[in-house]
Amino acid sequence: MSRHHVRITVNGVAREDEVEARLLLVHYLREVRGLTGTHVGCDTSNCGACTVMLDGQTVKSCSVFAVAADGCEVLTVEGLAVDGQLSPVQQGFQECHGLQCGYCTPGMVISATGLLLENPDPGDTAIREGIEGNLCRCTGYEMIVDSVRWAAEHGGAGAVATGTRGR
Amino acid sequence: MGSMIGASVTRKEDPSLLTGRGSYVDDISPPGTVHMAFVRSPLAHAGIGNIDTKAALERTGVLGVWTAADLAGLPNSRSVPGMERPCLATGKVRFVGEPVAVVVASDRYLAADAAGDVDVDYEPLPACSTTDAALAPGAAPILDGLPGNVAMEQALAADDAEAELSAAAHRLQLQLVNQRCAPVPIEPTACLADWTARGLTLYLTTQAPHHMRNEIATMFGLPQQQVRLVAPDVGGGFGAKASFYPEFLLVSELSRRLGRPVKYIETRSENMMSMVHGRAQAQDIDVGFDDEGHIAALRVRITQDCGAWPDTTGVGLPMLTSFMSGGCYKIPKISPSFRSVVTNTTPVGSYRGAGRPEAAFLIERVMDRVADELGIDPLDVRRRNYIQPGEMPYATQFEGIVYDEANYPALLDRLLEKIDYQALRAEADRRRTDPNAKLLGIGFSTFVEMGGFGPTPLFEQFGFIGGWESANVRLNTDGSAVVSVGTSPHGQGHETAFSQVVSDVLSIPFDKITVLHGDTETVQEGVGTMGSRAMPVGGPAVFKAAGKVRDRAMRIAAHLLEADPDDLELVDGRFQVRGSPDSGIDLTEVAVKSLKPHLLPPDSDLGLADTAHHEPTNLSYPSGAHCCVVEVDRDTGRVDVVRYVAVDDCGKVINPLMARGQIHGGVAQGIAQALLEEVTYDEDGQLTTASVADYLVPSALDLPSYETDHQETLTSFNPLGAKGLGESGATAAPQAVVNAVVDALSHLGVRNIDMPCSPQRVWRAMRDAGSARPSEVST
Ligand code: FES
Ligand code: FES
Repeated sequence: MSRHHVRITVNGVAREDEVEARLLLVHYLREVRGLTGTHVGCDTSNCGACTVMLDGQTVKSCSVFAVAADGCEVLTVEGLAVDGQLSPVQQGFQECHGLQCGYCTPGMVISATGLLLENPDPGDTAIREGIEGNLCRCTGYEMIVDSVRWAAEHGGAGAVATGTRGR
Repeated sequence: MGSMIGASVTRKEDPSLLTGRGSYVDDISPPGTVHMAFVRSPLAHAGIGNIDTKAALERTGVLGVWTAADLAGLPNSRSVPGMERPCLATGKVRFVGEPVAVVVASDRYLAADAAGDVDVDYEPLPACSTTDAALAPGAAPILDGLPGNVAMEQALAADDAEAELSAAAHRLQLQLVNQRCAPVPIEPTACLADWTARGLTLYLTTQAPHHMRNEIATMFGLPQQQVRLVAPDVGGGFGAKASFYPEFLLVSELSRRLGRPVKYIETRSENMMSMVHGRAQAQDIDVGFDDEGHIAALRVRITQDCGAWPDTTGVGLPMLTSFMSGGCYKIPKISPSFRSVVTNTTPVGSYRGAGRPEAAFLIERVMDRVADELGIDPLDVRRRNYIQPGEMPYATQFEGIVYDEANYPALLDRLLEKIDYQALRAEADRRRTDPNAKLLGIGFSTFVEMGGFGPTPLFEQFGFIGGWESANVRLNTDGSAVVSVGTSPHGQGHETAFSQVVSDVLSIPFDKITVLHGDTETVQEGVGTMGSRAMPVGGPAVFKAAGKVRDRAMRIAAHLLEADPDDLELVDGRFQVRGSPDSGIDLTEVAVKSLKPHLLPPDSDLGLADTAHHEPTNLSYPSGAHCCVVEVDRDTGRVDVVRYVAVDDCGKVINPLMARGQIHGGVAQGIAQALLEEVTYDEDGQLTTASVADYLVPSALDLPSYETDHQETLTSFNPLGAKGLGESGATAAPQAVVNAVVDALSHLGVRNIDMPCSPQRVWRAMRDAGSARPSEVST
């Protein structure tokens, strides 16, 4: 298996690694970078548990090769809080009980953050459309919708995500 | 300090989960961890011939390949005697996905490559993918040692109620199917074993760490303290993670053999065929009733598909269905019987509600059919048959099944206050005559289910050591408290809810309480989280343990204050003499002094810590009244839930915010069962729904918003008055939806639609009704 040199910035920290061509970005993040907040929930790109932001766009990191992220900036759930202060989306999920087991949550939070970057004031339908690619088996979604609404009303996508987009 | 019980506090669990700092099994990787992968059967039924492992073994990075022959000494998983499952298929494969060989390699990609290198010769055998096929004359037995394919058969009444049914003025037969569902927790099964000279540490996605510890220790003949079982953060379970899986045994054994930590992370495709499925039950129903709709007798014959290897819970599911088949109604004679049938499919186990949703669906569909037959309102039929609040506790005809305090008529009244039933009916009628309007249907489900599983004699039947739960509460000298609980969560919010209970009992701030769970090394004996038992069984254990600590502290305070303990009260963290609040001592000071023997009464135990167990004397019986309003597209058959209203009675609500979450999640799964989900096999036993996309796990666009409310009728069977609610939504929703769909189409002559009510099925039912082929549309 051929190995490739990549330079990937994750949550503001750049690093160079040798990776196998077939290594998925999600496994790069989890196993090479040790950032286990991004989860894997399927092998068919359907569940969204692995969602991260790649150069300001949400992607399912199980369907991107690490080599394809060479030179890119990745934002994961670990990178959203600033000095221990949760982002508005993270706060919204706590306020509105938008999570139970928490397994879908990192992907859900990143998708919601991406949605608020695109549309700072989404209605319920727009929120549901925005998180359609993220499956949650615990909440029945309504309290996730409430959480995203809460975030929209309390600061939106948050400083980190907005900054990443701008860079 | 106000009461924390009943307060909508946000969860202690959330900050770590929201920042990616949770700790699920796959997040844990001790140095040297290697990865296990399975070679799984592509066939539903076949003899296993030669297994060629050469290519796999030659691959770089592969530590080994093992087949059943290499693991001959390993014990089978516990089940019905004579039907125990080996950890790898031995001689024969019995369902698609059954593991045939196992590979360990240095990384997960290599392990998958090596599993693909293993070449297995199969000799195909005829497969039974349905219970009909398995029961057909001449069908070959799937399990060795079983004469046919019936794993268990039982009648739960003395006779078949034929006399009462024949005597009734009206009689009706129905066939209902509770289709096979997949639990699909978003975290699949994961395990990590690290066997060293000190013993085995096993991280599992499980709902019952102590139970699994006991099983594993027994299987390996290890002292229990040499098995440390950890359920770290667990990403949903819904009953399916209460089962024992052979991979638990395999990772442990291979870690022992290799002297390294071994990890197994199931893929979703594997999960769809390997994790237990739920429901999978067909019901033949015969009901007798009078002109007013009073039910005189009910006969229920259940055929339970238990898959290729009967699961300890799976075979017993129809027993729970039988017990609950009368719902919240006073039915003079109920005669249930069941048979659990082995097929060439994935084993069936518990899935949110486990046996009770099947019962609620049955009786609530019966209520609507009886109403339809007599031309009266379905709510009138329900009202005429309700068990009345004054009759509680209500002993059903089944021994040990005693409904606790509830008020079924009041639940329905409360539901009706939230919807304008007459207006909805009028609108439904109007739309029937307007060809451009979508049809509107209104469905009800007034249900009762079982929660608070124990007591021990019942829970033993499912393989658990007991039906009790345990808690230990320890007060530190700074006034903070640590609570260890035997129930182990997978999303329920135990840390928050139990902190609320302890905060009230000990009058200490919620933020100063830490709840530990899920680790057999730090938590005393426990059972697990399933059967809606965390709050009704685990809650009272916490409540009692905290009470014991408070009483100890009270005695010490009394000694220090030279007062009678009976004269003291605990107010805002301070013991004070009733009536003279100036004379008092802080709980924190008592905690400090509890470790200074010279200040204590002679022979006092030091410190403020105590353990309590709670053995329930009865199950609890959460109930509720739900209404679903659907729109049906006349052209496509698509069903949309436009309104869902739930009034639940789970007894005492500890945290309304989390209670809403539990109801939402359960209702979502119930709606999904009614409209979308079904595990299907083709006639060769090939799984045709092997991904979340094929299986139709609902997204945010597929589900409505929910209106919820509670009526709190406290149960007298535990000190908190809580009944549990984890399974209520999933128990209530399917029939609320299906009753609504059938209601929308009833004027066309449609009397039943099987779940899931897919657009195709609904469209067909409309078309066939329109073309006057009633035999296909009525039950
Ligand atoms: S892991 Fe499911 S979409 Fe990526
Ligand atoms: S919170 Fe459990 S899957 Fe979403």
